[in-house]
Amino acid sequence: MPENQQKLIHAFSALADLGQEVAHKNNFQEMIRTSLHLLLGSLAIMRGGIARYSKYGNELNFLAARGLGDDFPLSAAIDISDEQEFLSAGMSEIEISQAKMLVFFQRYQRILERKNIEIIMPLIIRDDLVGMVFLGEKASGEPYNSTDREIVRAMSRHIGVGIHQRNLMVELERKADENRGLYDAMRLTYSDTVKAFANAIDRKDKYTEGHSVRVGKYSEIIAQELDWSEEEVEGAAVAGYLHDVGKLTVERSIINAPYRINAKESAELNKHPAVGYDILLPIHHPYTDVPLAAKYHHERLDGRGYPDGLKDKEIPYIAKVVSLADSFDAMTTDRPYKRRRHAYEIVEDLSRNSGTQFDPEITKAFCRGMLNELTGKDKRKRYRRLLGREYMEAEGLVPMLKRALNGMDATSPLTFMAIN
Amino acid sequence: MNTTLGTKTKGETAIVFASDYLNKISGERIERECRRQIEGGCETLIVNFKNTEIVNSIGVSILLGVIDAAVNSGTEVVFSEVNRDTSQLFEMLGLTNHVQISI
Repeated sequence: MPENQQKLIHAFSALADLGQEVAHKNNFQEMIRTSLHLLLGSLAIMRGGIARYSKYGNELNFLAARGLGDDFPLSAAIDISDEQEFLSAGMSEIEISQAKMLVFFQRYQRILERKNIEIIMPLIIRDDLVGMVFLGEKASGEPYNSTDREIVRAMSRHIGVGIHQRNLMVELERKADENRGLYDAMRLTYSDTVKAFANAIDRKDKYTEGHSVRVGKYSEIIAQELDWSEEEVEGAAVAGYLHDVGKLTVERSIINAPYRINAKESAELNKHPAVGYDILLPIHHPYTDVPLAAKYHHERLDGRGYPDGLKDKEIPYIAKVVSLADSFDAMTTDRPYKRRRHAYEIVEDLSRNSGTQFDPEITKAFCRGMLNELTGKDKRKRYRRLLGREYMEAEGLVPMLKRALNGMDATSPLTFMAIN
Repeated sequence: MNTTLGTKTKGETAIVFASDYLNKISGERIERECRRQIEGGCETLIVNFKNTEIVNSIGVSILLGVIDAAVNSGTEVVFSEVNRDTSQLFEMLGLTNHVQISI
């Protein structure tokens, strides 16, 4: 086989390997090192290096070098005029003897000559300077011929594409990080706004101060016990915080009445779920069910609730969660006309009304969470923080929770009847 | 004669045995070993290719690194038991300007 043909086969084999390397390697640094080996080995070039161009610092940073020694600079400044020169020349090799007019060459002339650098190849991809390849003398001592230059150009193009892809990836990751930061900031703002709203709602009622915030927290606990995703848990908390937003339009005298309100006042008060829905609907919540929770949190499984008298499956699930959280908080806090009841009595109530007022699956999840905390299986103290230690440790609560959990069927009896 | 994995030394001469396919992983291991021997003061470094069937571009680049290190330290390099194809490749690429080849 003629020598030239043999040389070409050797070089093309290196070019094919390089193409694969650029296309498939996930480790960028490794890809560059291998590319340099392939480029040097294809023509038996004694030394060389590959640098990436940073347009922010106008400098070349070496990613891989062989045979250049420790005294070769790891980064090299590029003058703007040089960059323009490289861009206008396109991707073609520059012989060091022809590079003398470049500021870059004048700055690094001594070291480039000492290291026998014969060719520099600006890597230009899509009209952008992405890097530079430096090549020293060939082992044969012969100058680079036209075929050698073609091979260098082809291989350098592959390397340039590899660097360009990496730059795009880095930029993409940076943008994704930036977006993630913005999203987190927006979520925080949203969460703070929701809490501020909840406080505003609670300010209206001096007897139920902190009610909305607590309903938010109980809803969050229930969602956690139901193994909802992090976002769904957040959504449940928001639905709880805002469930009484409609009360902002109800007369303060009705809300704060120190007696059982009459039918007319009750009708006025009972408008708050629908009003809340109207307030919340135009807002673009990250969680879709928030307005529905406000509208239907006073519905009951047996259809005796309001505003629409919906039954069981007709009631949105999130509204059932908030309904239990709302009722539980109402029962565990003092009201103007009623003192709070013992915890075990309330659990008994929940258990008795499970399937008629409350969804059994939700009631069970709520009671299970409480029992796990009382028995030490769950160390998070979520209930204790809301109810107080003394109240939680009242006698009879643990056995009542166990009884309630044993007695409750996770399927709603109403659903069961409907199927039959 | 001292023998370590893939290397034999006798006096100021070290023999490093190349693997069957001189690619990046095996090549870089050999390069490290050769540099260790050069830095250790060996006067003649013999790279034995009796097990080597193929040397690709990466292998050539690695051997150039060995040659460069040897030239800088005044160490003589010999490539021994090189098969015909590999010998032709080394000659064609000009490696024979820097090392002795024995078939």
